[in-house]
Amino acid sequence: MIGRPVPRKEGIAKVTGRARYVADMSLPGMLYGVTVRNPTGRGRIRNIVFEPGVPWEELTVVTARDIPGTNAVALLMNDQPVLADEVSAHIEEPVVLLAHPDRYLVEEARRRVRIEIDPLPQIFTLEDALAKREVIWGTDNIFKTFSVAKGDIQVGFAAADLIVEGEYETGAQEQLYIETNGMIATANLADGVTVWGSMQCPYYIHKALLPIFALPAEKVRIIQMETGGGFGGKEEYPSMIAAHAALLAWKSGKPVKLIYDRAEDMVATTKRHPSRTRHRTGLTKDGRLTAMEIEFDIDGGAYCTLSPVVLSRGTIHAAGPYECANVSIRSRAVATSIPPHGAFRGFGAPQSIFALERQMDRCARAVGLSPEEFRRRNFLHQGQSTATGQVIREKLELEKLLDRALELSHYRQRTEEFAKTNPASSLKRGIGFASFMHGAGFTGSGEVYLKSVVGVETTLEGNVRILTASTEIGQGTNTILSQIAAETLGLDYDRIELATPDTGQVPNSGPTVASRTCMVVGKLVEAACQGLKQILEASGLSIADYTRQFGPARAYSEYQPPPGVAWNDETYQGDAYGAFAWAVYVAVVEVDPATAEVRVTDFVALQEVGKVIHPVMATGQIEGGVAQAIGYALYEKVAWKNGHMANAQMTNYIMPTSADLPPIRVFFEENPYAYGPAGAKGIGELPMDGAAPAILNAIENALGVGFNEVPLTPEMIGDRLWSRT
Amino acid sequence: MESYVTTIRCTVNGIARSIKTPPMARLLDVLREEMDCTGVKEGCGEGECGACSVLLDGELVNSCLIPVLQGEDSTIVTIEGLAPSDSLHKIQHAFLDCGGAQCGICTPGMILATAALLERHPQPTPDQIREGLAGNLCRCTGYMRIFEAVEQAARG
Repeated sequence: MIGRPVPRKEGIAKVTGRARYVADMSLPGMLYGVTVRNPTGRGRIRNIVFEPGVPWEELTVVTARDIPGTNAVALLMNDQPVLADEVSAHIEEPVVLLAHPDRYLVEEARRRVRIEIDPLPQIFTLEDALAKREVIWGTDNIFKTFSVAKGDIQVGFAAADLIVEGEYETGAQEQLYIETNGMIATANLADGVTVWGSMQCPYYIHKALLPIFALPAEKVRIIQMETGGGFGGKEEYPSMIAAHAALLAWKSGKPVKLIYDRAEDMVATTKRHPSRTRHRTGLTKDGRLTAMEIEFDIDGGAYCTLSPVVLSRGTIHAAGPYECANVSIRSRAVATSIPPHGAFRGFGAPQSIFALERQMDRCARAVGLSPEEFRRRNFLHQGQSTATGQVIREKLELEKLLDRALELSHYRQRTEEFAKTNPASSLKRGIGFASFMHGAGFTGSGEVYLKSVVGVETTLEGNVRILTASTEIGQGTNTILSQIAAETLGLDYDRIELATPDTGQVPNSGPTVASRTCMVVGKLVEAACQGLKQILEASGLSIADYTRQFGPARAYSEYQPPPGVAWNDETYQGDAYGAFAWAVYVAVVEVDPATAEVRVTDFVALQEVGKVIHPVMATGQIEGGVAQAIGYALYEKVAWKNGHMANAQMTNYIMPTSADLPPIRVFFEENPYAYGPAGAKGIGELPMDGAAPAILNAIENALGVGFNEVPLTPEMIGDRLWSRT
Repeated sequence: MESYVTTIRCTVNGIARSIKTPPMARLLDVLREEMDCTGVKEGCGEGECGACSVLLDGELVNSCLIPVLQGEDSTIVTIEGLAPSDSLHKIQHAFLDCGGAQCGICTPGMILATAALLERHPQPTPDQIREGLAGNLCRCTGYMRIFEAVEQAARG
């Protein structure tokens, strides 16, 4: 079963259009809800005016005063209100909720609510936040700082023959799942709150709603519908939308459907954190790293959301897969007056890895080595340690990965060919790569605190049902967990069912994030199935007979860290992740110096992800991630205007179409991980990390001019090219 | 809020329909709400993403941009009508085999776009495939599995 391209569990429902997403669901007597938002920016809410022209007596109106419990979305710091009250921290912050049976009327009503705000000073940039030009959060605008120290950075610089400095920036990025956010809720004191919707993490919403409604755990039930993409964008913000739908339902006594349109989803919900990274790298003449000093800062927006955790992952990945005795990484997540940023595939790592892999190419040039030879001299090996002092215990042969990637991309031939043909050619071609890793699962002790649980149970039909809150959002959860269960139990794949992720029915297997579903939750499925197998074998009965005689046999498993794993949250030293996936990505580009347009013409993605559970889905995951990362590198620019996304449409926020992408050629090396299910590691986020630096390295190879910022638009390239001549 | 209602006659997935509806209602909403064709998805509401694609007299259109009035006397095919019930069209098979569907939200539109493409070009070149699907956005797959599915479907 493992390693075979079995049919996607919910595939037929999806190709026939029968899969049920939240927009497809209705309940009798249902109202339509809308959100009225802060129209201007940070300020004091002076007045809310309900202008005439709609029958207000027919509408359900909810403000902060109607919240039965605490006005905060429970996450890390609980600083974000469900509805702004008195003071609002950013434009597009929810202030008033409306519901009515007629969805056209409620839309009209939204336009007739005037929220009057006395403006307070705002800040929109990392620089202004750090300079405390205005203190908008806490005492210093800083959500979180980290400091990682390995060896002695001063000793490292003293040993250096030269020092290379660089500054790198990355922009915000919209997740742009094709299904916008949405929820349906029913709520009353007697029955509690039930929410159906598009989400990654049912138990995050469950946790968030308890204090808002002051209800005990058993009175709140969250049910995932088919979910049309997440990419991190449906990790934390759905808690807000679920709360809004449920508040309207609570006040009206009727079911309420609250679906965002595209523009609302883009202006109001979270995006990838913009970042700035500064590198100072000490090198010997022969190209060995002696010191890596890294400052990594991200813009969190107006509330904390998940910024500390995003910062953590970005920090840990900032020094990459290189051996250096002396490393110092200092990082900060800061507040600005823009809508909060949040989870997006890669979760901080794409930002710091972009900076690192541009810096490594520039270091190579500074010592007169090719980019590949420079990396070869500095790659991490088995037995050596990362920046956090994590000793790599598994077999790690990055040189081999690099060699294979370069061969698959015809790197040497192309490098020579382009050098020969570019001077006389109107189109400049270039090739570049990035080598990197991505840690799977929660950082540090995260998995230990989570204590995830998975269950399995038998059915009367002789099947086995997996009980998990891990959601299928397109990435293949249903299929791979079924494969792992079938393999462990020795059952047909078709005999495995999945319970709907419904907090009333399934245990908390943790959030569907952090490339953890396959490696961590998959391992729990494997362990629970081993338990079930023992029960069944001891009984000597078939699954159906056992279930008929005794009721469903059930087995559960709870997360246990692999032996010998240790992490220190205080010093930020130790085993940051159970396992890393390793990769080398190569991009070939064609740049037209007359128009400054860049086309990626070939892309090779080679990775080692342990054991591949499902070759077609794994390939599809990598291809999709690379496509998003190509968008991140070249197309997807959020145009900010006073803290507001000015291009909140698919017509002017440009994601790659089928006509824009090169062939994305995906290859795997297999090196089974001892503590993953059948040897698998995490895979989902990895492909987001490497494409942007590979492409910008290729552009420098093509033009002889380097760029250190993404998204890199033709305007930015043109400015540099044409101002030089 | 629209109060004026007219009767629109059309054939949807092989069944003759007569519906009372405001004439400027979006075809997308009428299909989803009045005819239970919830396989027609809304992704952007402005004709950019193609999730709401349907075949209108054989042409691929974005049903979010079409007033239902324009459907008068037309033949409409949605994902629900591509194959007789309880069977799969070869394009649907190909999307399953090749991993062309991930989250599934673009899939109905993408499959109908493929049907329109194969109608025009039964043996499409890679460029014709890229061109033919360029009005349908997919955020999950990076399109490569979808290209494979189109090629498999073209082979029959």
